[in-house]
Order: sequence, then C-alpha cells, then structure tokens
Amino acid sequence: MKYLDEFRNPELAERLFADIRAITTRPWAIMEVCGGQTHSIIRNGIDQLLPPEIELIHGPGCPVCVTPLEVIDKALAIAAQPGVIFCSFGDMLRVPGSGKDLFRVKSEGGDVRIVYSPLDAVKLAGANPDREVVFFGIGFETTAPANAMAVYQADRLGLRNFSMLVSHVLVPPAISALMESPTNRVQAFLAAGHVCSVMGYWEYEPLVARYHVPIVVTGFEPLDVLEGVRRAVAQLETGRAELENAYPRAVRREGNVPAQKMLADVFEVTDRAWRGIGVIPQSGWRLSERYRAYDAESRFDVGAIRTQESPLCHSGEVLQGLLKPTQCPAFGKECTPRTPLGATMVSSEGACAAYYQYGRFIPADLPLARP
Amino acid sequence: MMDTIDFDTWTCPAPLRSYPSIVMGHGGGGRLSAELVEHLFAPAFRNATLDALGDAAVISLDGGRVAYTTDSFVVRPLFFPGGNIGTLAVNGTVNDLAMMGAQPRYLTAGFILEEGLPLATLGVIVEAMAAAAQSAGVQIVAGDTKVVDKGHGDGVYINTSGIGVVPEGVTPAPNRAQPGDVVIVSGDLGLHGVTILSVREGLEFGAPIESDCAPLNGLVAAMLAVTPDIHVLRDLTRGGLASALNEIARTSGVGIRYEERRLPVPTPVAAACDMLGMDPVYVANEGKLVAIVPPASADRVLEAMRWHPLGARAAIIGQVIDQHPGVVVARTAIGGSRVVDLQIGEQLPRIC
Amino acid sequence: MCLGIPGQVKEIYDVSGIPMGTVDFAGITKEVCLAYVPDIQVGDYTIVHVGFAITQLDEESALESLRLFEEIGRLEEELNPEAAAPRDGQGGGGVVP
Repeated sequence: MKYLDEFRNPELAERLFADIRAITTRPWAIMEVCGGQTHSIIRNGIDQLLPPEIELIHGPGCPVCVTPLEVIDKALAIAAQPGVIFCSFGDMLRVPGSGKDLFRVKSEGGDVRIVYSPLDAVKLAGANPDREVVFFGIGFETTAPANAMAVYQADRLGLRNFSMLVSHVLVPPAISALMESPTNRVQAFLAAGHVCSVMGYWEYEPLVARYHVPIVVTGFEPLDVLEGVRRAVAQLETGRAELENAYPRAVRREGNVPAQKMLADVFEVTDRAWRGIGVIPQSGWRLSERYRAYDAESRFDVGAIRTQESPLCHSGEVLQGLLKPTQCPAFGKECTPRTPLGATMVSSEGACAAYYQYGRFIPADLPLARP
Repeated sequence: MMDTIDFDTWTCPAPLRSYPSIVMGHGGGGRLSAELVEHLFAPAFRNATLDALGDAAVISLDGGRVAYTTDSFVVRPLFFPGGNIGTLAVNGTVNDLAMMGAQPRYLTAGFILEEGLPLATLGVIVEAMAAAAQSAGVQIVAGDTKVVDKGHGDGVYINTSGIGVVPEGVTPAPNRAQPGDVVIVSGDLGLHGVTILSVREGLEFGAPIESDCAPLNGLVAAMLAVTPDIHVLRDLTRGGLASALNEIARTSGVGIRYEERRLPVPTPVAAACDMLGMDPVYVANEGKLVAIVPPASADRVLEAMRWHPLGARAAIIGQVIDQHPGVVVARTAIGGSRVVDLQIGEQLPRIC
Repeated sequence: MCLGIPGQVKEIYDVSGIPMGTVDFAGITKEVCLAYVPDIQVGDYTIVHVGFAITQLDEESALESLRLFEEIGRLEEELNPEAAAPRDGQGGGGVVP
C-alpha cells in the first residue's frame, strides 16, 4: 500500500535503530500516549530492539481502556433493552463492565451490532424507524469528528430514533494530569499522530513550556514510531524541551479546521472520569445543548447503575506507568486475556494484554540492540 | 433429563463458568472454541480416537484404515464471491479427510432449512455441491432434511460427514511435529475471510478477490507422492494460520517459529486487514493448508506443491524448534519478535 | 486509538447532502465521508479513520520524510560501523518467495 509500506521498510528501520543506539547515553522514560502506537510497538517488537536504556511507558491512550466503568455498565443496560439496536466499534465488545460484556448481552438476546463507521448506525436508524438505534460514541479526538457527523446527520434527517452514548476523552488534559502527578516518571511524550491530524498541535505548546517536557507528534508505522523516539531521545540527551512534528505528512499545526468547527458545534467540554485514573477536569466531551436530545444517557432510563471494579485490578497505576503489568499481583493469575479484570488486559493495546502476549517470552537467541 | 449442568462437578468447570451461555466467540476457532471441546465435549465423549483431536478420526476397520469426519456450515451470507455454503460444505469435509492423508470417497449431507427459503436458492446451493463433489472426486451417498420454523434457521445450515481411505504408511497427525521440521503453507492467505467480511452488512467494501474455497485432496496426493512421511497436515480454516500453528505446537509439544516476511499475503488481503485493524494470520481460509515436513524432503515437497494449481504460491515460512514448546513466535518484518497467540474468540475489526 | 490508513480518492459524490467518496486502498475500495477534507480532489491521498477522511496526506512531505530516513544512520554507518551494524540475516531455509 502506497504511503504505508514504505514506512515499514526494514532497512530504514535498522538505520533509525542504529541512530538511536548511537545517541543514547542514559536511561530515559518516554510515554507513547496513543493505543495505536502501543499496538504498533508490540506488534512489530520495537521495544525489544531499542537500547535497554530506553523505557517505553504505554500511556492511557486507548479509549477502550479508559472508558469509565459506569459508562460500560450503561451501555450494557441499554443494549439489553428490547427494541434497541446497539451499535459499536469492535473494540468495545469484550470490555468487561461490572459483571458482563457486550458479547454476553448479545448472547442473552440483545441486538448488538459491530459497525465500521458511525454513519452505519445512522443508516440503521433510517432503515428501522420502529427501533431505537444507539451508537456507542467512544474515542479520542480522532474519532470525535466522525461521531459528531453522525449526530449532525441524524438531526438533519430528523431521525428521532437515533441516539449516542458519548464518552469522549481528550489528550492534553491527560498529559497535564500525568505531569502534575507527584509519582510521574515520564520524561518525554510521543503525541498521538491522528489526534493531532484533527486538533493540530498548538495545544501542546503550552504543555511543553509549562512542564519543560519534549513532545513529539508521532505516527504509527514502525519508521514513524522510531523517528518519534529518535527525536525525543535527541532532545532529552541535549536537555531540550520542544514541540516537534515527526508526522508532517498527516499533521499540520492548525489541524483540521472543518472538523474542529463541527466538534465545537456538536460537543462541549466536560469533566470526565478515566477508568483506573479518576476524574480529570475538563478532559472529555459531551453533546452540546443543541444536540442534547440525541444523548442516550438521558433518553434511556438506565436506573441506578452500581459499578463494581475488581479490587484486584491495578489498571490505573499501569496506565500511568507507575506499575509494570508484571508487577501487578493479579497479572497472569486471576487476570489474563481470557479472564480480564480490567480494560488494560482486554484491549489489544492495553499494556497488560501486550505484556502477557510478548512479555511471557522473549527468545534468548533473537538479536537485541546493543549500545 | 437434567435441566442444568452442575459445573462444580464437571471435569473442569472454571473456564466455562464465566460464559454460562454460548457466545459467538465459541465458534471463532480461538481459545473459547478450544475450551468448549476440551472441557465439555471431550470429557463427555471420552475415547482415544477423539482425544487425538485431528481434523478427522482415523480408525481401523477390518482390512484397512479409514478417515471419518463431520463438519457443519453456518456461514452468513449464504452466497459470496467464489462460492456458497454448499461449496464450503463439500470442500470443508473433503479437506478434513485430506488432512489425515486420506483419499476422500463418500460424503453425507444433512440440511436444516428455514421455513420460507426459496427452492431456487436451495437449488443453486445443491448444484454447487454436486459440482464440488465431482471436482473432488467424491460421491454424496446419504442425507437428511429437516425444516425449522421461520426465524430459527438463518436460511440454510448444512452438515456434511465424510469417509476416506488412508493409504499404508501415511500417518499425518497433529502430534507428530518434531524439532527441525520445516513449515510450509500452500498459498495466499486470508482470501476467504476477507471476502466474507467484504460482503458483510456494516462493513461492505469492494475487494478484487474471492474465496479460495477448494478441495485439497489432489494437492495432498501430489505431496504424499514425494514422501508418505509428512508429519502434519492441517487446513487453515477459522482462526487462520495462527490457530493451526498453535494447535500443532501445543499438541506436539514443540515450538514453532516463522518469518512474517515469508507469509504469502496478497495485497488486497493486507490492505483490507490494515483498514480494519486485523491481522492476516488470524483470517479464515477455505483452500489452504499448512504442512510440517521432515527437512530432508522439504524442498521436494515444496516443488511438488508449486507444480499443482492449488499450490502455485506455496512457501516455506519457518521451522519447528524445541524451545518454547506450545508457543508460536514470529519474527517481525523489522526484525523484532512477537508471540502469536490464539485469539480469544473471533478476530474483530478495531478502531484503536 | 486512531487506526487510520492512507488511501487514494477515486470518486467524489453526494449522499443525503454530505460529500462522500470512494477511496482505494491498494485495490480495496470503501465508501468514505469526505466532509472534513473539502478541498480534496480525485487522485489525492487521504488518511481514513472509521470511514472518514481526517486529513489530506501531504505526498511531498511523505517523500521528504523517507529521504530523511535514508540519510539518518548512513552517517552512523560511516562514523561508527560497529555500533550501527545491521543484525544477522534472516534464518530459515528453502526457497524465498
């Protein structure tokens, strides 16, 4: 595939690894915020090949992982209601709520459907006027314009039977919260490339200034991730803290203005609870007043949801990079990908699932990078 | 008759307890499917032949060895580019027999039809089955038909069972992989699964490919003609290459290592997987096999495969080793490594 | 988050008042919403996430990045061949497809 395969070139990857090896003289802890980047790192075995001084901390960049328990439970309650067609991205189907996941609800008779685009849910609403169609609107800023368009379009077409369960989260407040935390170990960030395609990167400049932390806008293919790491390390080694764009083919400073206009119309900022972390003020989006009629949370009486997070689950500390999955007492025992206690074990980008997958075993004879 | 099963007294209740009713994942070919077999069916039906868990059972009848198998087909949609549920029903069972080295001979076909299914639709399916049977050199010699109420049957479900003759000295089995053996796949991966996804409601996309549904007994015969001592044959169906390799690694108690760069993945499959966030090694096939072959005959077996129309894109992808028994490891394109585990249920498209 | 891949716009049209298009990903074609890339034209490349084009791909910039990667490490190879040395070749035997 054009503009994809070239960024997976093994020879060029080797050059980037070589450069990183050559410039690294001290330990550094770098956090990649985006779950897609985590997936790429694990999938390609990138962190095994980086010099041992470089620690990649997998941040809370997976909307699946950070969607609050109450919201999952609400989704389950809505999906179980007769007459509802509950549409969701595939990622959410195995995330455990307090007791079940959407797969269980489906097996118990709920009409749960996987869609590729939120507009597919709008199409379903148009085709099924006698059913309530609910879309699970999760994601970071990357997905928000798509979800916004779905609501906007439903409104334009007068589809009163459409609603959205919204749980959007924003990256910059999360970075602030992480940097403010007294236990923070992160020294540089790889900012999420596609979030920045939408929002631009001007929001990160104040963060660089306030916390004196390098932030490098980074893509997803192996060469992109390596280039992000390389630039972050180069800054750290020379004591610099700047905002750099290592994904210029897809990101401009101002971002996507038409998308931002739609976001400003359809959503408004709100406080949001992040599963495992807690409430981060002004870190989420909900439907604006104008579109509140499409809010599934108000439309459906989901009653008194009593959430029950497993007391054994340490997702929160893992998400903040305070605990390695292997240090969690439940890891590999009560908590496995087959029997996940928290979202970080369910999602393929979740740090715990990633560690379980590859961390169980690294072949001794496979060459690792040497300083 | 029991109303419910007391899981506490069942053989190994824990993994079943967390899903008290069947979920879609149980049919995905991944870990949930394996658990259903291991913890519900196998303990109930307990016998040595079943416990071998091969693609078909090989049993001795007076005079020789026979391979015997069954498979059920519930695919939606019924018709897809490259085939329909009927072609799958014939080729799937033919292939299960072929994976035991058998020459498939006879099939049965059982139909569960939903009230209201147009006869013309059934006609097309049955005609396709006849053509597939002819192509594979088998006869459909017995059958059954049942009808269920409208709303209970998804149109058509088909079960086929099959029987074949296993030649002397031919004993491929999932537990026979040995360190040093070579791993060969017969051709392009992911065509069937991506084709099905491309016509599935909610995903629909244009794809210049079709299902690879085909009978593999001719290809297997060509391979066995080079050497009867092929250690393992496995067709790559649900769960893809990854599932087959994991089962072999587990059953044989060996490790398997392969190179991602050597996998024959056609561009449209790679592109569709990139678009949906899926991995081609988990995508279903319906006309591909993996063979575990002693190193001395690997090159000749590969050559024989490439001469056969269904093996033109066959490739050596890796080897069997004695380290990390039961675990499959891939060397990634950029030189890292990753454990290729069984999926939990079926692979789902992701946005993340 | 943010699984997004580059594809080429083949067709642009309107569905219920919203600009949509057919985007080609190496032979796979999908209907994609183009509302957020109003200036895009047939033949341009765009990054698609959940059925939406979220940005036009800057082809010149992509090529520039690749040129940069070619340069990086070449310097390392010249200055410090040991540290920058590529690893051993791939294992496995038999015919390479």
